[in-house]
Amino acid sequence: MTAVAETPARSAEKYRVTRSRRNVAWTGLGALVVVVVLALFPYVVGAGTETILVQGFIILTLASMWNLLAGYAGLVSVGQQAFVGLGAYFVLILNIHNISMFTALPVAAVGCGVAAFPMWWLVSRLRSGYFAIATWVLATTVLLIIEKFPSIGGGTGLSLPHTPNLGSAVLEAYTYWIGLAVTVLALLTVYLLLRSRLGLVLTAVRDDEVAARSSGARVGVARMLVFVVAGIGCGAAGALLADSQLIVQPSAVFSVQWTAEMAFAVIIGGLGTIEGPILGTIVYIVLQQALQSYNVWYLIILGLVAMVVAIFARRGLWGLIDEHLHVRLFPVGYWLWDPASNGRRGLRPRRRRGRHGA
Amino acid sequence: MSGRAAEQGTPLLEVSDLTVHHGQLRALDHVSLRVFPGEVYAIIGANGAGKSTLLRTIAGLHRPTEGSILFDGTDVTRVRPERRAIGGIVMVPEGRRLFPSLTVEENLQVGATYARKGPWTAERVYELFSWMKDRRSQQTAQLSGGEQQSVAIGRALVANPRVLLLDELSLGLAPVVVQRIYGMLPEILSTGLTVLLVEQDVSQALRVASHLQCLLEGRTTLEGTPADVTPQQVEAAYFGLRGAPADQGSEPLWSGSTTSSRGS
Amino acid sequence: MVWVNDIIQGILIGGLYALFACGLSLMFGVMKVVNLAHGDLAVIGGYVAVGVIAVTHIPVLWSFVIVVPLMAVLGYVLQRTVIQASLDRSILTTLLVTFGLSVVIENGLLQFASANSHSLGTDNAIITSSFSIGSQITIAYLLLLIFAVAVVVLLGLQYFLSRSRYGRLIRAVADDREAAQLSGIDYRHVFGIAAAIAFGTVALAGIAYGMYSQFSPTTGTDTILLFAFAAVVIGGLGSLWGTLLGGVVLGVAQAIGAQISGSDEFLAGYIVFLAVLVLRPQGLIARRGQA
Repeated sequence: MTAVAETPARSAEKYRVTRSRRNVAWTGLGALVVVVVLALFPYVVGAGTETILVQGFIILTLASMWNLLAGYAGLVSVGQQAFVGLGAYFVLILNIHNISMFTALPVAAVGCGVAAFPMWWLVSRLRSGYFAIATWVLATTVLLIIEKFPSIGGGTGLSLPHTPNLGSAVLEAYTYWIGLAVTVLALLTVYLLLRSRLGLVLTAVRDDEVAARSSGARVGVARMLVFVVAGIGCGAAGALLADSQLIVQPSAVFSVQWTAEMAFAVIIGGLGTIEGPILGTIVYIVLQQALQSYNVWYLIILGLVAMVVAIFARRGLWGLIDEHLHVRLFPVGYWLWDPASNGRRGLRPRRRRGRHGA
Repeated sequence: MSGRAAEQGTPLLEVSDLTVHHGQLRALDHVSLRVFPGEVYAIIGANGAGKSTLLRTIAGLHRPTEGSILFDGTDVTRVRPERRAIGGIVMVPEGRRLFPSLTVEENLQVGATYARKGPWTAERVYELFSWMKDRRSQQTAQLSGGEQQSVAIGRALVANPRVLLLDELSLGLAPVVVQRIYGMLPEILSTGLTVLLVEQDVSQALRVASHLQCLLEGRTTLEGTPADVTPQQVEAAYFGLRGAPADQGSEPLWSGSTTSSRGS
Repeated sequence: MVWVNDIIQGILIGGLYALFACGLSLMFGVMKVVNLAHGDLAVIGGYVAVGVIAVTHIPVLWSFVIVVPLMAVLGYVLQRTVIQASLDRSILTTLLVTFGLSVVIENGLLQFASANSHSLGTDNAIITSSFSIGSQITIAYLLLLIFAVAVVVLLGLQYFLSRSRYGRLIRAVADDREAAQLSGIDYRHVFGIAAAIAFGTVALAGIAYGMYSQFSPTTGTDTILLFAFAAVVIGGLGSLWGTLLGGVVLGVAQAIGAQISGSDEFLAGYIVFLAVLVLRPQGLIARRGQA
């Protein structure tokens, strides 16, 4: 994983380029431990905690997808709830046809991925604000169309007709494990995606789109891929939602609140970092639980915090941690080791701090 | 240098040790200059030498990393660009930058919004550029390059500046048009203005300047009056021949003599 | 023909949509800000009107005299502080911040004003009645009044932008912020003026909507924002009359949709919106003054 770069003139010593600052094997081990511990939860914790954690899995999956879109591809979508809803409805429809709600999940995810293509075709030429609104309109349109079909519940919704004949505790546990699997898969996908050439293209585009294009980067294809992956991820989250709620209501699954929640989690945790959504989801869940009895307060506070963070701490909580501790759990950048310094100075791609001067 | 100061009092514009960075790139490296009232001071140099950056920093669009800018004795280094314009430092930006959805007349009106008192009005600009009055209701997007340049200059003039900054007037214009525009300079100067201009066309700059400075890679490589510098010196300073300027520190390679002779 | 009546209704309501939209269009045209909280501001206008009327007992029709300037000031302050701060970071940040603002406003309203719908109604008997043309066409006076107000406001705005000094400054800053600075203009102040106008007009529209129909905390995003944006996109950015046209097209599309099926009213509008986005994203009236 190390490359040696020669520098002209001056120094005869060599620079080193590495993927990560420390051995990434330790992080991987740590992650594995966390996953194993989480997997054992259903044996030790109560149903209430499980439900909260499943909710967390849904938010985390959504958040990592939204982060991929907004933080890396520069696509601010206010319409991801379209996929959440579609994922949920795929499960409902398949379940009506006697397919297990668990088997339906991956199918729903793939279905959403397929649906993402025509949706991308509709909105791909738009930029920033127009793109955001268009995704919102699209989501609302999908909602209105789905509400026209009474066979899947029309405007009021429908419960899943064929739930497995297991005890509620076992059902909860299975849902929990599926949720854990979905979340781990989502994070892994994002991590691998960003380490790949696609990730390089996205970072280049993020820094300077014109330069990236003229260097041959297939920007349009990269963005489309990201949109489709996000569609799959959000669809999986929506399917998980259906599995955990056992009922699918259009106004609930297509609510723009989903976008609000995933966006706030990402912004607060750290836009454009992989660790950010994790941190943000934790903050979100904690706040939600703490303010449970105060109904809408957690959204108000979350919203205000997100606004403040967006303006003053661009890279969110994780960005603050990263700056001071130089920790990177999921290394996707490169570190440059300058032999002249004492080996601890790493150069990361500079993030634009916004305009200076006028 | 001290000769000039002794003759002409305090400089109207005094730039000292100006260093400007674009991200990690150093665009200007300890550049200094002094412009006295009534002068035409030209900055020449190749593409990317830092000429426009210098002008833009003086206008307030870039914040210097180091150094200072004094305008008539007042430190304006940290002053916002619009306040500098109101105070009398007005720039005609590179590429004209007219307001495309406004007419010629409206462009002038915008320029005069916060004008100081002085001889320049829209009417006077129409006299200077004789074609303009009849076409003042036209949208600027329909004008030719030379005409747009005239409107841009007019927009700056109606603010009645004390220092007029001209950024690459000749860019994209036919030589005969450039000549015509520079031909307006004497009348502009006659109303008491001082001009600091950036020009890629060296011969044009030498024709109009009373003082000049050459930049290369953000550093001053030549300073003096057109009368005192030879074409060979200019060429060497422009292209950076005869040794890398970087090794010389921020001292110019050659200075003109201290006796100044006013250019045209 | 029932169609004619519905189309006329659609045209008239298009005036209201245009009134919603002109502020959004202005903010985007001048500072490239897509204010996702725009719809919610109309709702705030409505709620403030409710409060003002309750306190001062001013007639509903005159509530705008207090509410509109109030909202305009709020717009200036919000622009100079929050929105400018996020603009200094990036366009992405403004999207995020205005989205956050929208969520905060809606939930704040839910918290403090309950989820119930409100209507401003009118206490003027003449306004609430309607007149007929022939046997098929019935037009409510209120709707006609709203359309007239919308046209007057748009006319006024057009005049302001093309003739007044500040209108010129706004157009100049919208064209080229940096060049405007070089002419001595503090663009932040000009942005504030533009925001004040946007907030004022949308508050007026909110009051009108409150008189004509009902609003609740979520009406801002459920209904208004998307309508406003649809009107802007369909009509084309940069033209106020385009916004009127866009509003009318939207209104007519909705009326036709309602004829097909009651629940298809909004859907028809969105489909037209998406169609325009795909087929002619620059809108029906192209931007003037651009080479």
